[in-house]
Amino acid sequence: MIERETPVTDDELHVYVDGELPADRRPAVEAWLANHPEDAARVAGWRALAEAIRARYSSTIHEPVPDRLTLNRIMRRQRSWGTIAAAAALAAFVFGGVAGWVVRGVAAVAPNDIAQFTAEALDAHKLYISEVRHPIEVKAEEDHLLPWLSRRVGTTLRAPDLGSFDLKLLGGRLLPGVNGPAALFMYEGSNGERFTIYCSRLNEARTAFRYDASAGFGAVRWIEGSYGWVVSGPKDKERLKAVAIAAYDQVEGRTPAPSRGSADQLISRRGS
Amino acid sequence: MGTFHQDIEATIPALRRYARALTRDAETADDLVQDTLVRALRSEHLFHGGDARSWLYTILTNLNRNRLRSLARRPSLSSIDDNDAPDMAGPEAGGRDIERALALLAEEQRTALLLVVLEGLTYREVAEIQGVPIGTVMSRLARARVQIKAYLDGERPALRRIK
Repeated sequence: MIERETPVTDDELHVYVDGELPADRRPAVEAWLANHPEDAARVAGWRALAEAIRARYSSTIHEPVPDRLTLNRIMRRQRSWGTIAAAAALAAFVFGGVAGWVVRGVAAVAPNDIAQFTAEALDAHKLYISEVRHPIEVKAEEDHLLPWLSRRVGTTLRAPDLGSFDLKLLGGRLLPGVNGPAALFMYEGSNGERFTIYCSRLNEARTAFRYDASAGFGAVRWIEGSYGWVVSGPKDKERLKAVAIAAYDQVEGRTPAPSRGSADQLISRRGS
Repeated sequence: MGTFHQDIEATIPALRRYARALTRDAETADDLVQDTLVRALRSEHLFHGGDARSWLYTILTNLNRNRLRSLARRPSLSSIDDNDAPDMAGPEAGGRDIERALALLAEEQRTALLLVVLEGLTYREVAEIQGVPIGTVMSRLARARVQIKAYLDGERPALRRIK
């Protein structure tokens, strides 16, 4: 019996429980457990723990997979957004300055940081568009709107001219964001619909346009030069996408603001 | 659909199970799985053969770590578990204990434990997913088990179970 009592290490006990012990070592470990009730109790406890974890979570595997997690759905969405990104890249090229539009960020982007960022922008959108009397803090007509928000957010901001979408800039406000102060610009159409553009620091790799929707509202976001932008509005993907592309082109300095009247909205290109 | 896509599709239920146990929240878990699939398809060209399943586990594990880091910047959200309703008796009580015990573990210990115990991966696979030597995986498992035992034995007075 003595020779079978080769000391069994803790590591070996874990390996044994997890089924990775080489077969030729099993008898030795089993003999050890027969003679060491404390170790046997620990091993039994680990097994019970594994059983409990499996009992708690295994049922998930039999649940039907929700639609949004099917591969077909995900591939379809990617294809449509790939097309938009390609169109935007082309537009950026045509309007001068290719300046590295990154369509796919394979790099270490953290989608959940970005999701949180978008969620905050959408929350702000929902909260303030329903304000009848105080949708904004500082009106578009006031000269200090852009210098003030630019200083607080830490980059030279411009509020895009969305006149071609029948959207007029009402003004803006300062908000607390995930990574620091955030600027929120609000636009209103002649029919009363409201769009917002949210901008704050976001230290993530550049991304293509991404669309998210939540409870009647939609948002298109992009990240460029350590700043994230979210354009939110009614849940109309095509329109939001068009507004976002127009906003992007102006904000990133690819095209001049379309109308003369908007020259005062333009401070200068960010970073210059 | 190629085999690569078939392999991914076949792994989705298991990914949901793993994510559910990691996050202990069905909605968050499915968000995580969705992000994982999007990322996997986007970086398909980076996948040079091998086991699609462990590649997906790797992506999900990394995304979850990022998620926890960003949550850590919002301290108000992290104490919810502790203020939860007291333990109930009955069949659900065991499951809740497990959830809380898992919640107490450091992220890398929880990941190692769930990959081995729930997902049935080998130590070698887990080592590759976590990007550490096998010895590190083993010590993570050992520490996870010690901590959970201590918790279930009632070392935390505030949450002691009545036996």
